[in-house]
Amino acid sequence: MEAVVDEREVVAIVDRHNAQCGGLIATLEEVQTVYGYLPERALRVVANITDHSLVDVYGVATFYRSFSLRPRGRNHVCACLGTACHVRGAPMVVEELERRLGIRAGETSADGEYTLETVNCLGACALGPIVVVNGTYHSKVEAASVKKLLKKTQPEAARLASEPKVAVSSL
Amino acid sequence: MNGMVSLTINGLVVSVETGMTVLEAARFMGFPIPTLCHMDGLSPYGACRLCVVEIGEAPRARLVSSCTYPVEEGLIVRTASRRVIRARKMILELLLASCPQSKIIQDLAAAHDVQQQRFRQEYEDCILCGLCVRICEEQMMAKAIGFRNRGEKRSIGTPFDLHSDECRLCGACMYVCPACQLRCTYTEPEKAVCGGCANLSPPCIEKEPFDDMMCYMTPCVACEIQKD
Repeated sequence: MEAVVDEREVVAIVDRHNAQCGGLIATLEEVQTVYGYLPERALRVVANITDHSLVDVYGVATFYRSFSLRPRGRNHVCACLGTACHVRGAPMVVEELERRLGIRAGETSADGEYTLETVNCLGACALGPIVVVNGTYHSKVEAASVKKLLKKTQPEAARLASEPKVAVSSL
Repeated sequence: MNGMVSLTINGLVVSVETGMTVLEAARFMGFPIPTLCHMDGLSPYGACRLCVVEIGEAPRARLVSSCTYPVEEGLIVRTASRRVIRARKMILELLLASCPQSKIIQDLAAAHDVQQQRFRQEYEDCILCGLCVRICEEQMMAKAIGFRNRGEKRSIGTPFDLHSDECRLCGACMYVCPACQLRCTYTEPEKAVCGGCANLSPPCIEKEPFDDMMCYMTPCVACEIQKD
């Protein structure tokens, strides 16, 4: 699901950041919030109208884990696998996430609902294992609490479809 | 910036211009320092670490890469101390472990009495020395290739793995590459493909429409192979 890139929109983002400080990372961050990822076309536009070459822009975009060059799912699940989280059982949490979502770490589900990613540290080691769901940090996650976490992100349609079923069976 | 600085290299007090690097000063005075990622005309990068020298005095002596270290007043440099030699040999072993097929690395290893390496053998075609990236940017003014990703996945190539619009197929990246040089001059055409400056199509194979183009390979062995 490649996003359709409106060149004027990207130009506007670059202009806004150039006026402030000319930061490439800030520009790319905003492009990513608009499109959910960094489309190739947008990177080319950014390189074109800033003083940076495409090589530099691409280098920055691939260097940081928070940038994605592939379209991400509507829900972004990010599990920490840093040392502290690792010893507190993060691998089990990731395994459970993979099992429930039916995708491997780094993949996006076929219906475009979920993207599962792992990172090496989120800087909240005392609270590990950490799982970030759509920007919300969840601390001390266990494999058993994964189900609850994912329930909050369930798409509206799926929730509506599943709720009547429960109602029927309870009757 | 035209002042002179005096420093001690291997016990010899020498006077050199400010702004020089330790490597330049040592070579100027005739002390050999091996290098791999250094090339005159390109900015120093300090990637290969082969040019390590020891600076300072005993308990606080430390190893630095001479190609990136500017000369200082009163600096004490040793270019071939036991510690330097040991570090250099280790670096050569590591280079041999990742790129055993490179003629340049083999020659360097032989010259420094490194006969074998003790690490897991790999067959990489890039040591990430950045020579191709720098020549593309600084001498060819193209910026067609660059570093991508980081850590273990770091690689050199064009953005999106597509042929770059900036690339003029000059072949400079292949010319400077210490890791893929052997491949570029291989005797079998299908293996004359360079992997070192990854993901570039070999210049000489697409070259027919670019007959008058500037090419760094003179004579280009790959072109000769194409003719036959």
